[in-house]
Amino acid sequence: MDALPEFEVVRPTTVEDVVAARAAHPGSRLVGGGTDLVVNIRRGIEAPPALIDMTGVDELKTIDADADAITVGASVTLAELAEHPDVRAHYPAIAAAAGEIAGPTHRVMGTVGGNICLDTRCIFYNQSDWWRGSNNHCLKTTGEMCHVAPKSKGVCFATFSGDLAPAFLLFDGEVELAGPSGRRSLPLTELYIGYSRQDGSTGDGKTYMSLEPDEFVLRVRARNAPGLVSGYDKMRIRRSIEYPVAGAGVALRRDGDTLADLRVAITGTNPRPVRLDGTEALCGGPLDDRVTDGLDELVRDQIMAMKTTFTPGHYRRRVAGVLARRLMQRLWDEAATS
Amino acid sequence: MAKRLLRLVLNGRPQDGVAADNMLLLDYLREVLALTGTKTGCDGGECGACTVLIDDKPVLSCLTLAVTCAGKRVDTVEALADDGRLSAIQRGFHEKLGAQCGACTPGFLMASEGLLRRNPDPSEDEIRDALGSNICRCTGYVKIIEAVRHAADLLKQQETAA
Repeated sequence: MDALPEFEVVRPTTVEDVVAARAAHPGSRLVGGGTDLVVNIRRGIEAPPALIDMTGVDELKTIDADADAITVGASVTLAELAEHPDVRAHYPAIAAAAGEIAGPTHRVMGTVGGNICLDTRCIFYNQSDWWRGSNNHCLKTTGEMCHVAPKSKGVCFATFSGDLAPAFLLFDGEVELAGPSGRRSLPLTELYIGYSRQDGSTGDGKTYMSLEPDEFVLRVRARNAPGLVSGYDKMRIRRSIEYPVAGAGVALRRDGDTLADLRVAITGTNPRPVRLDGTEALCGGPLDDRVTDGLDELVRDQIMAMKTTFTPGHYRRRVAGVLARRLMQRLWDEAATS
Repeated sequence: MAKRLLRLVLNGRPQDGVAADNMLLLDYLREVLALTGTKTGCDGGECGACTVLIDDKPVLSCLTLAVTCAGKRVDTVEALADDGRLSAIQRGFHEKLGAQCGACTPGFLMASEGLLRRNPDPSEDEIRDALGSNICRCTGYVKIIEAVRHAADLLKQQETAA
């Protein structure tokens, strides 16, 4: 890969310093572990004039989790989140998702903020400068055409593949943001806007988050519900490191033989993490064919995997459906014995 | 280009130097400090050959900016041997044939060392998990896992002897 271009590293210790550093360095990027951003910089995908190192901001390194709610700072590492006893006890989907991201060494480096904001990926994007250049670049960088969908009329289909977002979506997660105009909270369903609609009315694989300029994630929060059990599973080509072919989080509540609550979130397929709409209609009875067929249908309708990886899109959609179904069955069976 | 003083505790000793902001820890170790034990592999965080320990935890030096390590303890493969005497993990790899071509070995040694520092008696599954970020294209991994297990046994022997 190429040598790194020149940039300045800023090392703030408070959130206020980060806001000031962003104002002082237009075009800067925040960096946590650098496991994604540094690779992209070396590939010439981006060349920010300044990197703001978030690993020194102590107030963003805390995890608060109990049976009711969880709050995780953006500078918490993925390994810390995966190993936290309260997270494992009350939010197994979140702990499992964190523990399945990349490899163990990456998890020591990578941060929660980095995975929540993980750049979308595509085989035409995550390549070296000369590779992309020989292909006339693509929409997500400086090109004029999406090579995945040449007739997309300016819409990018790069895939969101962060694992924490679907896990937090199961628990109605939201992010706490800071920026030049102060702080605000935003539900994750409104943070991720990569719907890639043809009329351009929403975001896409390129504009995949609704952050204002210079705004950034401070913390992720979520709420538990009584009796909810949860899990996360994903499939990878190379199990120990790779980004997901597809990932699925499921949370459900079982009352005797009745499915009382069902929540499903999918990643690695669309330009956004998808919390499936319509799962409420599957509740109210036992977990039978009606539920599994209904879940398949929701996946078929809402999961749109394009050819952004080496594995074909239709295969990733099937994997997403199978992962969700198996996980749902497993959680249902376990809930009977507990 | 901005440069700044960089103070590390490198392999147990204070180390003062100067690093540019855009210098990676891997390049700082190899090019500036001439510690070439740490290897450059894929250069993109996929192979683990460049693994070093920062505050006892394995990290990829090819994705770590040198200036962000200020004040931290950095241990490279050069830290392992004591005056020519191999450490437990090095003896493990030596005696159980954990190295073939050797290009990945410094990374495996440091990832394993990181594991043994936090868990001196790992199971085979724990060894496999801890080495998940490292690639070896020669050994097929079986001998490497044996090597780490052997090193854990050596550590236990040393403890009972002492």
